[in-house]
Amino acid sequence: MAILQRFLQGMLVLFVLFTITFFLIKALPGGPFQSGERAIPAHVRAKVEAYYGLDQPLHIQYTRQLGNLLRGDPGISMRLEGREVTEIIGQAFPVSLRLGVFAMGLAILTGIPLGVLAAWKKNSIIDYGAMAVAMIGICIPAFVVGPVLAEIFGRRIGMLPAMGWSPADPTSWLLPAVTLGLATAAYLSRLTRAGMLDVLNQDFVRTARAKGVSEMRLLVRHCLRGGVIPAVAYIGPAFAFIISGSVVVESIFAMPGIGMHFIKAIEVGDAPVILGIVMLYGILIITANFLTDLAGIWLNPRLRKS
Amino acid sequence: MTDKPEQKSSLWKDAVLRLRKNHAAMVSLVLLALIVSACLVLPAIPGLLHDPNALNLPNKNQPPSAAHWFGTDHLGRDILARVLGGGRISIAVGFITTLVAVTIGVMWGAVAGYTGGRTDAAMMRTVDVLYALPFLIIVILLGKTLEPITGGLTDFFVNLFAGADADTRARNDTRAWVEPITTLVPLFVAIGALSWLTVSRIVRAQVQSVASQEFVEAARSLGLGHLRILFRHILPNTVGPIIVYTTLTIPGIMLFEATLSFLGLGVKPPYSSWGILIDEGANRMLSNFWLLFFPTLFFSTTLFSLNFLGDGLRDALDPKSAKD
Repeated sequence: MAILQRFLQGMLVLFVLFTITFFLIKALPGGPFQSGERAIPAHVRAKVEAYYGLDQPLHIQYTRQLGNLLRGDPGISMRLEGREVTEIIGQAFPVSLRLGVFAMGLAILTGIPLGVLAAWKKNSIIDYGAMAVAMIGICIPAFVVGPVLAEIFGRRIGMLPAMGWSPADPTSWLLPAVTLGLATAAYLSRLTRAGMLDVLNQDFVRTARAKGVSEMRLLVRHCLRGGVIPAVAYIGPAFAFIISGSVVVESIFAMPGIGMHFIKAIEVGDAPVILGIVMLYGILIITANFLTDLAGIWLNPRLRKS
Repeated sequence: MTDKPEQKSSLWKDAVLRLRKNHAAMVSLVLLALIVSACLVLPAIPGLLHDPNALNLPNKNQPPSAAHWFGTDHLGRDILARVLGGGRISIAVGFITTLVAVTIGVMWGAVAGYTGGRTDAAMMRTVDVLYALPFLIIVILLGKTLEPITGGLTDFFVNLFAGADADTRARNDTRAWVEPITTLVPLFVAIGALSWLTVSRIVRAQVQSVASQEFVEAARSLGLGHLRILFRHILPNTVGPIIVYTTLTIPGIMLFEATLSFLGLGVKPPYSSWGILIDEGANRMLSNFWLLFFPTLFFSTTLFSLNFLGDGLRDALDPKSAKD
């Protein structure tokens, strides 16, 4: 029942997202066939617009687009003439997906242990050091971290590719993924630290210590599950953050991902591509939020009743 | 609980005391005051700084020196003047957009929390739906859509301040200070329109808890109107959390502005912001590190200070809330 409700709510979000995006695109200045260096003769433009259905009244365009999306086919790109949006996304999405998953993995694998360590050694040099690093990760934006990393590791030391992306070469993903995941790792470590501190202050921890449980076992078996709840709850929003951030990181490292197509599509008002990408991101974010909620319920049995 | 004035003042005094004991927050406050006043005051003093947009090609790519403390860029422009001038724009965007966002958030949350029932449910579901949107993507799209209105806005304000029949010179003078502000309006609106969600949730929760207290019931039994109860009796009791989250919202919004500017979708040349300067610096950091270093130093120090100050204010004003 609750899952059905969530599903319907997700559908509602997607519908709102579609409507907002559709009308924003319609309000974009210019349009794919009005701007640009080469002027298109009026009669040619009329034909081209008729081909894309842009001569129809707005409500017909709206329902037609909605129908197309429901069938899973956003249409044909207006900028890259003749290419299906599904084909463009099909080529670019694996790049963005791999970047996002890699960044998220790095963020989780560094952020959460760092937070646990900081909470365990509260108010020690380790704690202050970890939290200072986390603050730096939050305050120095990706578009500074990226170029600096590319400069140092890519050009000065030259051990990692400074730009571009190749599926066969995992080292080319490392710098972009670190750049993208750094802020998320920082947030996760702060949230984990706070969550772990709450748990470590509880009575059962003293009991466990009194009966002689080793510190390692205490942290991992007794406290971790409760302590990571705030961090896990943040993974959904973090996923949305990483998706948006990948637009920036792809532009820094010249990666042929979704972000690059999105920026170019926005600049010329390529409606089918914009809609396709926005809806894909919407679906991904809703799914991530849903999975995050499920994980939260699994970790916190007190939530299971509802 | 009675609403004694002296008790209230001691709450604020306690908060100030707690804040002053927090060294990180106090250092942040001082740094923030220094940066903000430098950006606001120094460029306004005539003759003190170089013109941030004046080209001086014989002096291009100078490292920091006595004449140009922060060096010059590839067109010979003085980086100190550009960093302070860009700071004005970044700070203006950060503060004004936050004002927009917090105003919407407080109104939305207060009405939802005070009204309750179906209105509350509908309003908070709206917030849930907006939360799930791909934020940066929508802001980029919204900002791009709003771009054409800036020309009209500029003309409108030039007519308003200079008068429609003023001579060209007077109009150009007015335009010189109106245009930098109006070109930012799409940014204010686009970022502000989606940044109020967290504030509205916090205010709603606060209003709900305050509204159930006895002094509100007393106010109601005195026959006060809803608006008066909400604005005079309930909202003043939620000021603490509002201040805290306002402080924590500003750095996020400044980061947003810088990201958009970095992508070429925010502040447009010839106006610059820290985001634009960082973008320019990142392209030339190999030979001229100072182009990247100084804008980043100012930008990151500001974000740092706002975050630490926000954390400190939360500990001081809102001791019960969870720290993250």
